Amino acid sequence: MSSLSYAVSDTLVIAVRNLKRIPRQPDLLTAFTIQPIMFVLLFVYVFGGAIQVPAIYDDYTDFLIPGIVVQSMAFGGFVTAISITDDLNRGLIDRFRSLPMTQWAVVAGRTVADILTNLLSLVVMVVVGLIVGFSFTQPLPDVLLGILLMVVFGYAFSWVFAWVGLVSSSPETANAFGFIAIFPLTFVSSAFVPPESMPAAIQWFAEINPFSTVVDALRSLWIGGPAGNDVWASFAWAIGITIVFALITAHRYRNAVLSR
Amino acid sequence: MAGADQAAIETEGLRKSYKDVLALCGVDLRVEQGTVFGLLGPNGAGKTTAVRILTTLLPPSGGSARVSGLDVVSDAAELRSRIGLAGQYAAVDENLTGFENLEMVGRLYHMGRQPSRRRATELLERFDLTDAGGRVVKTYSGGMRRRLDLAAALVASPPVLFLDEPTTGLDPRSRIGLWETIEDHVAGGKTVLLTTQYLDEADRLADRIAVIDHGRLIAEGTSDELKDQIGGERIEVTLCNRDRVEDAIAALAEIADGPPGADDGVISVPIRARDGVIVDAVRRLDNAGVRVDDLAIRRPTLDDVFITLTGHLAEHENGDRGEAEPREPELEEARR
Repeated sequence: MSSLSYAVSDTLVIAVRNLKRIPRQPDLLTAFTIQPIMFVLLFVYVFGGAIQVPAIYDDYTDFLIPGIVVQSMAFGGFVTAISITDDLNRGLIDRFRSLPMTQWAVVAGRTVADILTNLLSLVVMVVVGLIVGFSFTQPLPDVLLGILLMVVFGYAFSWVFAWVGLVSSSPETANAFGFIAIFPLTFVSSAFVPPESMPAAIQWFAEINPFSTVVDALRSLWIGGPAGNDVWASFAWAIGITIVFALITAHRYRNAVLSR
Repeated sequence: MAGADQAAIETEGLRKSYKDVLALCGVDLRVEQGTVFGLLGPNGAGKTTAVRILTTLLPPSGGSARVSGLDVVSDAAELRSRIGLAGQYAAVDENLTGFENLEMVGRLYHMGRQPSRRRATELLERFDLTDAGGRVVKTYSGGMRRRLDLAAALVASPPVLFLDEPTTGLDPRSRIGLWETIEDHVAGGKTVLLTTQYLDEADRLADRIAVIDHGRLIAEGTSDELKDQIGGERIEVTLCNRDRVEDAIAALAEIADGPPGADDGVISVPIRARDGVIVDAVRRLDNAGVRVDDLAIRRPTLDDVFITLTGHLAEHENGDRGEAEPREPELEEARR
């Protein structure tokens, strides 16, 4: 086998390893399934009635589902952060590093596993969304392009979390970082409420926030509305984040391991 | 391939510094193929650092090291297919089964799916884990995890095996089982380098022992050679009456082979080993009218060697953690 096919096979072995772990950690399974359902129900039935949405959307449910899906995809990768700190602390990374495997497959395999868990969350949320009244109004190719955007966007955040995992000393730190840095970013965007309802300074930030770009792109692909350049800008953001964080993660992986 | 006359491990002036701490300062080692080499030293002596360099996990700050004929820096990628490592942590995935852990390691050694599975089954059996092989490692005891970790290090039957404090935190029965496994591995012509703080372990297993302290090699040789360095056998006599110490020493003066010592009513006299020395000593003491409570011939132990060479006891506890090795884990951690 060539070194490329070894790299692919190593990545898949690590991805399978990470996927096998999920059903054995009920708290993780909950994070992928119950948590998104809870969010949809809370926002639709608790906040939904109080939030005015632009007239082009039928109701808050239609407005909300794309926003909440984007937020879930951004967070799906937190498992990567937790797993990587755990592997570092338990010495598993040392074992991997002493094996003749492709070294970056340790992180790449971890992020590839996230693609499948993100798809699981996506399906759960869309099904729950459809039950509470969401409906796709755009043609199938657009809907599928929206799903592809979510896969690519979620994957980009897996690399962000891979980096977070490497710079964190414990799974708790990694988790806290996710909630302090990324959670507010998803809220100060067009994901849950129209930015027009926010104070001027925050509205300004919400409008330039890439989360808003991605949420607006997904809305236009799933339920219509003005897309502008949002779709292509969203893909550009996702790919850009992936490249930047894959590079700094690779660099950090070498150093994180060597400095121990 | 490594020739028959080639050393399994060879280092020259190996140095490692972390920021301003010098963890290794110029270590020269040579380990022959098919032998067990014991790296003995207290916590923070630099043992783990040496293992991490030899297993390509850390780059050396200076000097060179070759394992199985390959340079640990420039041939690192190729070298990794020829070594196995079991560190101080049981580095196994808690959420996989024992079988899945070993199969994964086999796949990452690029052994292929079927051979990896066969090897996993074989190793589970050899380490008495067949019944537990289908259970997730979370449910394993500390000893079972350690065994699985060692099995993982053996998946590819590596020509050179590194074991960093393999029995720390194991119960006595598991320790002996692990010793037997190491002996089997070497019987097959493989080389093992192990670090330990347990002197009996080095004594029992290692063909050659290097004593390391504060990053320096302070002695090297077979267990017997090291013991010879601090002298031969001694006769130890516990007296009934402490006031008779001088009389006892005088009585044994003729058979003494060096300056005697006395401590709290126990005298210790170096002797040349020969038949009848105990009877001779008892007779001489009896003639001098010195009453004896206990009398024994004592060979020096590696403990004596260790104390003589390093000026302190090997620490089995963590009272004096050196700073040179930042990853030396708490003992409790190693017991998980």
